[in-house]
Amino acid sequence: MWTTLEQIFPYAIVFTIPLLITALGALFSERSGVTNIGLDGLMIVGSFIGAFVVSKLQEHYAGSWWVLWVGLLAAAVAGALFSLLHAFASINLSANQIISGTAINMIAGALTIFLARNMTGSGNIRVKQGFAPFDFPILSKIPIIGDLFFTKVYASTLLVLAILLFSAWLLYKTPFGLRLRSCGEHPHAAEAAGVHVRSMRYFGVITSGAFSGLGGATILLTYSGEFTGNVAGLGFLALASLIFGQWKPLGILLATFFFGFASTIANVSQVIPSLAVFPPVILKIFPYVVTLIALVIFSKSSNAPKAVGEPFDSGKR
Amino acid sequence: MNNSIKSLLAVLFGLIAGAILMLVTGHNPIEGYMYLIQGGLKNPERIGNTLATATPLVLTGLSVAFAFRTGLFNIGAAGQMLFGGFCATAIGLSLDLPRGILLPLMILIGFVGGALWAVIPGFLKAKYNVHEVVSTIMMNWVAYWTVYYVVPAYFKGASLETESRQLPPDAMLHQQWLSDLFQGSYVNLGFFIAIIAVLIVAFIINKTTLGYELKAVGFNRHAAEYAGIAVQRSIVLSMFISGGIAGLAGVAQYTGNASSIQIGILPTQGFDGIAVSLLGANTPLGVFASALFFGLLYSGRGFMNAMTEIPPEIADSIIAIIIYFAATSILIERLIHKLKVRRIANKKQGEQDHVDNA
Repeated sequence: MWTTLEQIFPYAIVFTIPLLITALGALFSERSGVTNIGLDGLMIVGSFIGAFVVSKLQEHYAGSWWVLWVGLLAAAVAGALFSLLHAFASINLSANQIISGTAINMIAGALTIFLARNMTGSGNIRVKQGFAPFDFPILSKIPIIGDLFFTKVYASTLLVLAILLFSAWLLYKTPFGLRLRSCGEHPHAAEAAGVHVRSMRYFGVITSGAFSGLGGATILLTYSGEFTGNVAGLGFLALASLIFGQWKPLGILLATFFFGFASTIANVSQVIPSLAVFPPVILKIFPYVVTLIALVIFSKSSNAPKAVGEPFDSGKR
Repeated sequence: MNNSIKSLLAVLFGLIAGAILMLVTGHNPIEGYMYLIQGGLKNPERIGNTLATATPLVLTGLSVAFAFRTGLFNIGAAGQMLFGGFCATAIGLSLDLPRGILLPLMILIGFVGGALWAVIPGFLKAKYNVHEVVSTIMMNWVAYWTVYYVVPAYFKGASLETESRQLPPDAMLHQQWLSDLFQGSYVNLGFFIAIIAVLIVAFIINKTTLGYELKAVGFNRHAAEYAGIAVQRSIVLSMFISGGIAGLAGVAQYTGNASSIQIGILPTQGFDGIAVSLLGANTPLGVFASALFFGLLYSGRGFMNAMTEIPPEIADSIIAIIIYFAATSILIERLIHKLKVRRIANKKQGEQDHVDNA
């Protein structure tokens, strides 16, 4: 059992990271008061731009380490730019945020394949080389913990964990974070206190776009290696993690790891005999059912931002 | 502003955006649109195929629109469609009954399958106030993975791992005279199911007490409750009907347009249903018209792709852009409002000048 755990743990972490960063971005958006169900589409955009930039650069600079980081950066920028569509619709135009988010998902899914087909014909874009896993120096030698957490580490994993720490600090330990969160709880009070609600919401949505783009590119550069026009619904799983994690950074970390772990078990259960006792269908639907149950349990005492999803109208008090 | 003008403007902008996309990627948009329309309408066979392509869209659009009218956002039409279609396929593959009994039974089971998939979010909404958007998305993926594992386990095809066995001819919505009428098209009885569903939903929403109550709950839940309407029951019932219609879309897709159920795909018609509903201003007739339009885009894209180098995903892109413009139609409203105000101001200014001169 222990060796099994040791084997699948690094994979579980790799699978968790894109979910974590995307859900973390959604935390910014929802805390500022804008629902973003366009996460899946934003991840697809990140994956596409990441694949495009990295594959083009690798034609000229094969084997250079910086190419991957440029790809991540480009994906984050693309996600941020694309999320402007959602921000504009839901903040300036007071459009229905669910419809706007759905439109984002649909546009991203269709447009990226359309563009990819213009480039490659098949619509798939391969990158020659992604991040290579490495054993963390010194720390990987620690018994138990070293084997579980510090072997087969990807550089992108460390980046995302750093962003997690920074985000938690920014949201909960700075005046800026307090202002941002107040826009999602009671935007009119925030405005009366001198906070520019619309700018804050723009910041939330754009951050969500950038992080989702990063998440999509992380999938590409760690375990998938190829843009295929979708991210297997991970954007929706990230949304589920946000809810299951009750709109808190630590909660999101635990929820995404939980889901990442469950998905990994489902993926490998057929090849590892000690896990074959679980039917894979149960493991696959597990996260979604758990989220439904969590929604019921937390329905009375939900930590959801109170004004999330409501357009802000300064004159309506 | 009039809803149909809004919808037409959204379509116009979507088509312009599609033309720009074609131009940017180095294709000729006029040629592209010409082949797209030809591909959908050139001969009776293609017209039939367009109707068949539109059939599931009519039903998913109707499903979303019905929920919308009652204040619910059913974003899970994809999962309900998949599960309804799966139930109908399972019946068609398992039971050996005469066609006259089997087909109605499959349609009924497909409706019930989709309805059950939607009743869960409806119940959670009514009882625990769980937001239906999130719960229906979760149900989508539960349906996706359930079908993903159950089909290969119990209904596996002979050669392909990724789809079920072929349905026997008696368990399919194909009808020879219909195919003959459209010269070999795969249009099938599903289209009539769609038309009947449109009529029934229009009747329920506009002419019955039930429809009135459901709409009242949609407008204002608290006022409806105060007026003595059983709000919780209305929500569950509304999701039941909405999901059932989406289930019918699955029946039309998997036992009519296709002859087996594929795994690993959430049917795109589910999300397109949101676009159809939005463009059709949530009215049954509007839904029907916009579904036919989207059906034309989808069925003509293959021909366009064969005649030009334009990737078929242009149709999906145009539809997605249309829904974005429909969602932001307030922008157009504001522009028109501004123009009007300016024109009135100009007019007044003109009259003033006239008076001054006199």
